[in-house]
Amino acid sequence: MAIISRGFAGRRSAADAKLPPGQYLTTDFPVLSAGPTPRISLDRWEFTIDDGSNVLKRWDWKSFRELPTETITVDLHCVTRWSKLNTPWEGVSLDVLLADVKTDLPYGMFRSYGDYTTNLPLKDVMNKQAWIAFKYNGADLEPEHGGPARLLVPHLYLWKSAKWVKGITLMPHDKPGFWENLGYHIYGDPWLEQRYSGE
Amino acid sequence: MTWRAAKVVAVRDETATARTLALAVRDWPGHVAGQHVDVRLTAPDGYSAVRSYSIASAPTSDGRIEITVERLPNGEVSPYLTQEVMVGDELELRGPIGGWFVWRSDQTESIQLLAGGSGIVPLMAMIRSRRSAGSNAPFRLLYSVRQPETVFYRDELRALSNQGDSVVITYAYTRVTPKDWPRPAGRINAELIARGTWPSNLRPSSYVCGPTSFVEHTTDLLIAAGHDRARIRTERFGATGERK
Repeated sequence: MAIISRGFAGRRSAADAKLPPGQYLTTDFPVLSAGPTPRISLDRWEFTIDDGSNVLKRWDWKSFRELPTETITVDLHCVTRWSKLNTPWEGVSLDVLLADVKTDLPYGMFRSYGDYTTNLPLKDVMNKQAWIAFKYNGADLEPEHGGPARLLVPHLYLWKSAKWVKGITLMPHDKPGFWENLGYHIYGDPWLEQRYSGE
Repeated sequence: MTWRAAKVVAVRDETATARTLALAVRDWPGHVAGQHVDVRLTAPDGYSAVRSYSIASAPTSDGRIEITVERLPNGEVSPYLTQEVMVGDELELRGPIGGWFVWRSDQTESIQLLAGGSGIVPLMAMIRSRRSAGSNAPFRLLYSVRQPETVFYRDELRALSNQGDSVVITYAYTRVTPKDWPRPAGRINAELIARGTWPSNLRPSSYVCGPTSFVEHTTDLLIAAGHDRARIRTERFGATGERK
């Protein structure tokens, strides 16, 4: 039974009805990162997929940008409670990147420049659910928002959409990444309000 | 994580727009400096709103914590916490939350704190934790504020900087300086980083907290001054302000 806050009315809006529980709408684009923003030059950038021992796929910026791209408009939900609707991105679908990867390993650890990691079941990044995005709102993705390229997995809390992403290590079992090791939920479904571990 | 009843036991204005709430929390499990809590307000019809706030106080064993809340012009929760709440009111909170942007009293290395505006709050918890734990870790604070009137914890910081073994504090005023201040108002620059922070060869751990633009700018300056990016921890406020 919640304690009623004397004199608190709150501010409800029609838009809140479309949001996951406990989220509020914002129109700006807040930034959340654990450390300094890495500056990655495109001639050093690469994206690799490995199985923990062997590199299975590798792209440099040029070969990555020759892949077919998609433009998508998605809603973002940050665990710090802001949500932003109808954000326009361009990126390469993970379906394209994983197309020739023959694996039975069901999980992936997404790795970033700056040593950030986050874990995801592979089934959550396939079938038009995830992209490596390099443009936001028609412009090159800014470093503070994850540029040159970031993972975009809009159906999970935004910490799963790793900024400055540089690869995937495929794994036989699920294993916590950076924030998942620091008390945040192993999966992070905003509609189930899976913010903290154990929820 | 369970919601706990928290009774407001004291309120204290820090500035014209920021207020500290001292809370007695039922069964509080204790915290580490730098962590935050979720605060939940509930209206009579059951509507609720939750926001996160950094803990400002050092860990204690008496179940009391303090948070400092900056009022945001269009905030939903912060106007209530800074203008409505009275001693004796009950709120709900859960936590502590966060295991990254923390300082533990067994850390002995040099510590560089950089605060932008209300980003001082979790860093103040670290300063207070250092003192209450009797730590000798060398601390410096570079505190960027718009003007003298927007400094949080003014008297406590002044008292600290007047003590011998203590925290070395450098202020940076971005809009208005105190009278006869030697520097014009302005953004932190390389010269101020050189004057107000530990040199990089001491290999300090740095904690940077403030608005995104402040954090981006100052961490770039720290890295340009030779600091190891792996030793810099950040916490950014979104443009919406209400933490993390």
